[in-house]
Formats: sequence, C-alpha cells, structure tokens
Amino acid sequence: MFDFPESWIFAWDIMKFIDGIVDWVVITFEPFFHAFNIFILRGFLVPFSDFLTWIPWWATILLIGLASWRVVNRRFALLSVGFMLIINLTGLHELSMMTLAITLTSTILCVIMGIPLGIFAARSNWFNTLLKPILDGMQTMPSFVYLIPALMIFGLGKTPAVMATVIYAIPPMIRLTNLGIRQVDPQLMEASLSFGTTPWQTLRKVQIPLAMPTILAGINQTIMMALSMVVLASMIGAKGVGTEVLAGINRLEVGRGFLGGIAIVFLAIILDRISQGIAKKNQ
Amino acid sequence: MLEKNIKISCQNIWKIFGPTPESILDNIQDYEGATKQDFLEQTGHVIAVKNVSFDVYENEIFVVMGLSGSGKSTLVRCINRLIEPTRGSVLIDNDDIAQMDKDALRELRRHKLSVVFQYFGLLPHRSVKDNVGFGLEIRGEKGREKDEKINAAIEQVGLKGWEKNQIDELSGGMQQRVGLARALAIGSEILLMDEPFSALDPLIRRQMQDEFVNISSEVKKTVVFITHDLLEAITLGDRIAIMRDGEIVQIGTPQEIVSYPADEYVSDFVKDVPKGRVILAKHIMSQPDLIINREKNLNETIEEMKANENKITFVVDDRQRMMGLMTIEQAEESLAEGKTKVHEVINEEYPSASRNDTIEDCLYLDNTENLPVVVLGRNKRLLGMITRQTIINSMQSGNITNEDNTEQ
Ligand SMILES: Nc1ncnc2c1ncn2[C@@H]1O[C@H](COP(=O)(O)OP(=O)(O)O)[C@@H](O)[C@H]1O
Ligand SMILES: [Mg+2]
Repeated sequence: MFDFPESWIFAWDIMKFIDGIVDWVVITFEPFFHAFNIFILRGFLVPFSDFLTWIPWWATILLIGLASWRVVNRRFALLSVGFMLIINLTGLHELSMMTLAITLTSTILCVIMGIPLGIFAARSNWFNTLLKPILDGMQTMPSFVYLIPALMIFGLGKTPAVMATVIYAIPPMIRLTNLGIRQVDPQLMEASLSFGTTPWQTLRKVQIPLAMPTILAGINQTIMMALSMVVLASMIGAKGVGTEVLAGINRLEVGRGFLGGIAIVFLAIILDRISQGIAKKNQ
Repeated sequence: MLEKNIKISCQNIWKIFGPTPESILDNIQDYEGATKQDFLEQTGHVIAVKNVSFDVYENEIFVVMGLSGSGKSTLVRCINRLIEPTRGSVLIDNDDIAQMDKDALRELRRHKLSVVFQYFGLLPHRSVKDNVGFGLEIRGEKGREKDEKINAAIEQVGLKGWEKNQIDELSGGMQQRVGLARALAIGSEILLMDEPFSALDPLIRRQMQDEFVNISSEVKKTVVFITHDLLEAITLGDRIAIMRDGEIVQIGTPQEIVSYPADEYVSDFVKDVPKGRVILAKHIMSQPDLIINREKNLNETIEEMKANENKITFVVDDRQRMMGLMTIEQAEESLAEGKTKVHEVINEEYPSASRNDTIEDCLYLDNTENLPVVVLGRNKRLLGMITRQTIINSMQSGNITNEDNTEQ
C-alpha cells in the first residue's frame, strides 16, 4: 500500500503510442527519407571525406598550419602542425579526416538551418517562445533517445550520425543568431529605417553584419558540440576516430582508446582556435 | 521676402505613449490640468506631444526648442512617421503622409527627407565612405554617379581624406560630420535634425553650428532643427518654436522670442540672454528704401530720392554688389560741381556687417555719421540695412514680462 497503484500507470500506452507514430512516420515518408539520405551522402559526406582523404597527408598538415598561422598566430601554427604529426604517427590520419568530414557536414547543416531559424526567432516573439523549450529539450535529452528513430529511418550509417549530431549541435547556432540580432542597437535600426530600408535591407545591411561576431561565436560552439558527438556517431556506423575509441572500450584496450581520444582532443583544439580566430578577425 | 511656400504642415498632432492611447485621447478632457506625473499614475500613459500645429516654410530653418522630455524627439519623428502620431496629420508638400502605404512612405524617406540623429547612428562595420553612401545604396544607386554624390557630400562637410577610415577612428565631431554627409548625400529637400550637436564638446559644437549655417545657405534645404540650447536656436533658426510638456508655447523669430517671451517658461529661457549678443543682423535688417545702380544719372536719382523722401540711397553694381552709400546732400553738392553719374559721388566708407553678426557688433561699428549699417552677403552682395534706432529699440524691447532685467 506504500507503492503507487500499478493499474494507474499508463506508461505502456504512451510508449506504444510514440512507437506507433515513429513506425508510421518511417513507413509513410520512406521515399522522402531515402532521398534525404542520398542528398546528405552524395551532397556532403562523400565528397568531403573523399576530398579530405585524397589530399596527401603533408598537404593537410601544411594547410592546417597555414590556416592556424593566418587566423591565430605563429605559435599556434607550430602547435597545430605538431598535433597533426602526432595524429599521423599514431596512424589515425584517415579516420581523423572521416571524422572531420562528418563534423563539417553537420556544422554546415546546422548553419544552413540554424541561421534562418535564429533570424526568424529574433523577428517573432511567439516563435521564440515556442522554440525555447524545444531547444532546451534538444540539448538535454540524452542523444540515444533520438538515435533510435534516426536509426529506424536511415539504418546504420553516416546519415543518422549526422542527423543526431545536427539535433545536438544546432541549438547554440539558433540561440546565438537570435541573440545577436536582438542585441543590435535599436537606434541603428531607427537610423536605417529613416533612410527607407525594407525589412530585408535592414536585415542584410544592418542586423546581420552587426550580429556577425555573435553568429560566429555560435558557429564555433556548434563545431565543438558536433565534435563531441563523434564517439556516439561511430556507435551507429559512422566510421571515424570514434571507432577507435569504441574499439578500445569494447576490447578493453586502454591504449587504443587513449590514442583515439587524444586525436579527438587535438582536432577539437585546432577547430576551436581556428574558428575563434575567424570570429575575432571579424569584430 | 517673397511669398512663402509651406513645405511641412503639422496639424493638431498628438502622441500618447501607453497601452490604449486612442481611448485616452477620446476622454482627454477628463484629465485637464493634471500634471504629467498625475496623468501617468492615473492612466499609465504619457502625453509626449499635445495638440501641436505649425507650418515650416520652404528653405527655412525651423528650430524646435525645449527642455529634455518636452516631446521634441517624438515630434520630429512624427514628421517622417518613425513614430506614428496618435492623432493629427502631417502634410509634406500638401501630401498627407498618414495616408501613405509602406512603399510610398519608403520612397518619401529615400528621396525627400533625411535625418541626422543626436546619437549619430552610424554603422560601425562600415567605412566613412560606405556610411555616407548608405542612403544611396538603399535606393539602389550604383557606380560613378553614386560615387560623385558621396564625394560631394564628403567634401561639403570637410571630411575629404577620411573616406577609408573606420567610424571608431573618428572623434565625435567627425562622426557627426559623417552623419550630416549621409543625410546630405541623398539630396533630400528636407533635413530633420534631432539635437545633432548636443553630444559634442562646446567648442566643436560652435564650429559645427557655423559650418552648418554655411552649408545650409548653400544647399537650400528646409530644415527642422531640434535643440535644447537657446543660443543654438537663435544662431541657426529663422523661426523658433518653444515646446513645454508636449505643447508649443510660442513660435516666432529669434528676435521675437527674445524680445517678447510669451510666458514665464520662455522668459526663463531667455532671461540670461544678453540681447545685444543674441539678436543678429539678419533678424532685424530691413530692405533698403532705395537701391540705385551705379551707372544711373545723378539728377534722375536726386529726383527719385526727393519723391520718396529718402535721405540716403544704396548704390550697387549690375550684380547687386554694394558699391557705397550716397546721401541727398552729397548728391546735390556733386551735381552742383558738375558730376553726372552716381558712381562719381558715392561714399565708399560705410559701416557694414554680415548677416550673422550680432547687433551689439553693429552698434559698436565706427559710425560717427550715424549711417545705417549695411548688411552684406558673399561678394559684398547687398542683403539689407539696419538703422541705429532699430538696434537700440530691439535691445531695449521685451522688458514687458521681464521687469528685473539686469543686462547691460
Ligand atoms: N517609446 C516611449 N514610450 C513611452 N514614453 C516615451 C517614449 N518615448 C518618449 N516617451 C516620453 O515622452 C516624453 C517626450 O520624450 P521626447 O520626445 O524624447 O522628449 P525630448 O526629445 O524633448 O527630450 C518623455 O516624457 C518621454 O519619457
Ligand atoms: Mg530628444
């Protein structure tokens, strides 16, 4: 009599209900998902990862070093070249490039979808109110929960990994775009209006340029969050450095896992500093 | 002065801020006599502009002056509908702008009106040149023509050589030059200026005022100029409207405002103003009774002077440039000596002033013969004249509401 009466619990029904919806969505929209899968694979992932694995290892190192030098500084250029050498020495170059391809694909999708959503949220208060809890949910809900439907829709592979990564990494993109645009000085908006700008002109010539530093900070955060999903992504069949970490865990090979982990950390540092550098240059 | 065209006409403008301004305005008589504070507590609304009407003539500088919070910024924004008036209408060239749809309003802002703000309102991510070109860019202008307009505006405000600088590399005064150039570049007929110089240091402010006087006399614009500074109002304004708590309490020329303040509020404003240093030549100058071309025959001129009972005449050349004065005595003497043309007689030593000189300056000119002071424009163009009596009258008048006037 201290327990909650079992007959009152209806969790089972809800589960069944959600399952039903997911099943229905998967079956009904199968052609659409198929096309989407092809689009993500052929449009982004395959060309990216083909390209990144095709460039000779030394050229990759050179490019990364050069980018680090231009947007950060010479010291960091040396550091990033060192990181890349270590990745090569541990034999993780190709897997790292695959991880990079997934990360970049996810980031690009986040930017393409996140910036317009952020702009819309900045212009419409009701949409912003609606969006807020959804974004909170996307970030706090354990990723495995939406991995399951993603798997059901796309099967094992890279596309569900990208989908899961996008869901996890897009909130900062939307939030910071929204914030950046809302923070634009109302006086500048007034000045712009007084010269007869259309809403589109105000957006393009005033709001977006002024929000740019904040938007770039959002891109930086999105990249970092996308990268933090690599291990999870490899669990559903997206090959990359995460695969090594996973193998290390499965086989209790601490060394293997450790090297994979180090590669992820190095990639994270490089991407973080370079994208931050670009953001700083834009201020 | 020629017939005045009305450029902007504001008719019974009301602006009430708050959740239900319309219904408050319908019952406005219930709150008669309530102070701003009472009104806010009772209704939760603020009356920013209260039944304001005035006309602005073509090519005049119309100054709206009042203390902070008196509704000046709100009023000027009603003129281009950056703020929608709660009631009342604004006619620009006889078009009611309240009737305009979004597109028409945009066209109006793009071509006819431009604004200079107290807070400058420049885009920090753009260079000086790209800020100045903003309005043109918005209109879709491109290429050489656009560049020429930008360069002309930049030159007008004295920013040549700064085109490529970023905004944050400029001082406040320089930034407002950019603001002014941006407004001038679109070539609008009307300039709305909301305390454009108030954020600047006093010295820079003076300099900008002087330059603005020069610019506006060159470009022929109708200007609505907002300020809280009486001296600025008097220096710049052809006419001044004084605002208090959303209402206009007096409209008049600077000289009228200073000499005959309508109520205590206005006389508080003007009481410390030394009139001799505030009233300018242009405010009290009048048309000379008789202007004669230098080539005219002397005897004809004398006849004309006698017919009109003129003691003195103003002699100019073909291009209205002042050549000198000639008194009737001089003329008759010279005619007796056998001279025939006016230019053989004229007195080239005469007291002169420019239109922005103070009347105090005019009074202390070297003028033992008590000649009228001649007001000259550029290239000695004759603009008008001021007699000593006019100066003295205007320095003394206006003590009606201001008994304990202690000025010297
Ligand atoms: N958006 C607004 N909402 C509420 N009250 C306002 C708003 N704008 C101005 N006011 C009020 O209207 C009055 C007039 O303001 P304003 O036109 O800025 O005066 P000024 O420019 O003469 O200093 C002030 O009491 C101000 O507080
Ligand atoms: Mg103001």
